Amino acid sequence: MFKKILVPVDLAHVDALANALAAADDLAKHYGAEVCYLGVTPTTPTSVAATPAEYEKKLGEFADKQAHKHQQSVSAHAVASPDPVADLDDIVLKAIHEVNADLLVMATHLPRHLDAVIPAHGGKIATHTDISVFLVRQTQE
Amino acid sequence: MSENNTRDQNENAGIPAPEGRSNLIDTDYVIGQDNVAGSALGLNVDLHGKVFTISALTVLLFVIATLALQNSVAPLFESLRVWLTSNLSWFFLAGANVFALLAVGLIFTPLGKVRLGGQEATPDFSNSGWFAMLFAAGMGIGLMYFGVSEPLSHFGSSMGGVAGDGGVRTDWAPLGAAANNPDAAMSLSMAATIFHWGLHPWAIYAVVALALALFSFNKGLPLTMRSVFYPILGERVWGWPGHVIDILAVFATLFGLATSLGLGAQQATSGLSHLFGVANNEVTMVVLIMGITIVALASVMLGVDKGVQRLSQLNMVLAGLLLGFVLLVGPTLLIVTGFFDNLVSYVTHLPALSNPFGREDANFSQGWTAFYWAWWISWSPFVGMFIARVSRGRTVREFLIAVLIIPTLISVLWMTALGGTALDQVVNQGLEGVAAASGDLQLFEMLGNLPLATITSLVAVVLVIVFFVTSSDSGSLVIDAITAGGKVDAPKPQRMFWAIIEGAIAIALLLGGGLVALQAMAVSVGFPFTVVLLVASMPL
Repeated sequence: MFKKILVPVDLAHVDALANALAAADDLAKHYGAEVCYLGVTPTTPTSVAATPAEYEKKLGEFADKQAHKHQQSVSAHAVASPDPVADLDDIVLKAIHEVNADLLVMATHLPRHLDAVIPAHGGKIATHTDISVFLVRQTQE
Repeated sequence: MSENNTRDQNENAGIPAPEGRSNLIDTDYVIGQDNVAGSALGLNVDLHGKVFTISALTVLLFVIATLALQNSVAPLFESLRVWLTSNLSWFFLAGANVFALLAVGLIFTPLGKVRLGGQEATPDFSNSGWFAMLFAAGMGIGLMYFGVSEPLSHFGSSMGGVAGDGGVRTDWAPLGAAANNPDAAMSLSMAATIFHWGLHPWAIYAVVALALALFSFNKGLPLTMRSVFYPILGERVWGWPGHVIDILAVFATLFGLATSLGLGAQQATSGLSHLFGVANNEVTMVVLIMGITIVALASVMLGVDKGVQRLSQLNMVLAGLLLGFVLLVGPTLLIVTGFFDNLVSYVTHLPALSNPFGREDANFSQGWTAFYWAWWISWSPFVGMFIARVSRGRTVREFLIAVLIIPTLISVLWMTALGGTALDQVVNQGLEGVAAASGDLQLFEMLGNLPLATITSLVAVVLVIVFFVTSSDSGSLVIDAITAGGKVDAPKPQRMFWAIIEGAIAIALLLGGGLVALQAMAVSVGFPFTVVLLVASMPL
């Protein structure tokens, strides 16, 4: 049913992605799909990488590690943005087309009041794309 | 590597392949290592504990103290400003000359070839969007306010000639004045105005922005003021010396912005009352500031690309329309020839106007020039950081031409068109009303003497307001980045916080009458910053 699963990842907070990563891997195995990890970095230096090029390399390494761990085909798609917090939704929507994904698996937080003012990325993206979207919450403590 | 790994390098189209050599600085510091991150009250935060807390608290304390102790604080700051600009005017003038020479010189050095972000980096914004943003952040509002009023002011004082009292000049004319010689006075007043809005201010911005961009994009340090000091302070820059530099940058930005927001609200209110008879009072101004803040808030939420860039482009279009209108409907020939005459006049008067020592025109060189220089310098962390952030992918030479040469020429054209038309009205048409009006009304008086005054004045009011929004939103992004330890991807509520704080400070000070105190304060911050910037520009 699915051929390519797009999974946005935040390399600075990989631990918060555990559920989404696991769900994507299981789905990929089940459908024989490829997992494409999408990473978005500011153009300025960050805790992850000093330059977008270094970020791209690290995202590649991350994808390789996932591939090794789960024995499946993966790819990586890195995007640099001058203002990633504001542009994330657009970047994900664009990436869906660019990598030709047919499923988006994305980590998201629990609903909260502030979402009325600043909508959560996952929910907003789901209303703007025609592919299937799977929003994965973190396990509640 | 696993065999069935099919990671395809060609798919990484989002970022152009290898960035080229960019000489990263090897430091153990991890960006955001001193940040407090987590979730509180349903809000995610990621901020530099010390810089954010101290900045936020001090700013609040300062506003409360200024309002509560206004009668004693205002004269204190005012005398501090007068003392600084009169005793240290040579320092401001000399410092600005250093920046101007440095910036112009850099265009021709091999450094000009260096590309911000490495040789393979590509620009993040189109040329028009990029230029619109740097221009709107850098000057914007001042051009609206001073475009008409400053040439008129210098013209008046130049015509008055030199006046003295016991060997001390009491007139405010630039250089040797031009008593009762309208042509010479016009030429001198335009040269003096262009001097304050030309090469020097843009050189100050350019040097700060270039240093920040190089240290961030090419050396891998966080995009925050302290990074520029790495060559001097080394690893200590991540400790208290760096905290202090960043906090000072936050103050300069907040106070500079809040003051301008207050002054701009006054001009917009004057314009609205001139146009529609809206009550020219504090209620209107507060409503305006709130409106500006709400639009700025929407803009910071939309981000640099969709918010700030679009508004800046709207600004350029509106400013272009107004300029084009004045050019066509005003004294066209006078403006066209005036552009070249004024440029020549600026260049010929430049050595004398920028001379820091032995000036006889103390009122002018201290009250105008030194004040402006301190003012630009206090704005430089903000404008510099913002320009740096949007300039990745440009070469140093491209950058300097766009930040230094083009804005200077536009300033000459703008001042010539607006100021020249106003001077023409006063000198050749005998319309004294323009000269007699108060500073915040002179623009509207000038437009009032041209056809379609209601429409053009409305455009002018809208321009004043939109220019404010573009300063306020880019300022919030800058303060957010500084107080997040150089992270530009901190959670959105933080940038909203600073946008709201800016509006709140402007309102508090407007109501409490502390704007003048604040302006004096902003200028006072300019002094330590000049020292700081001169030191910082040494590695360049």
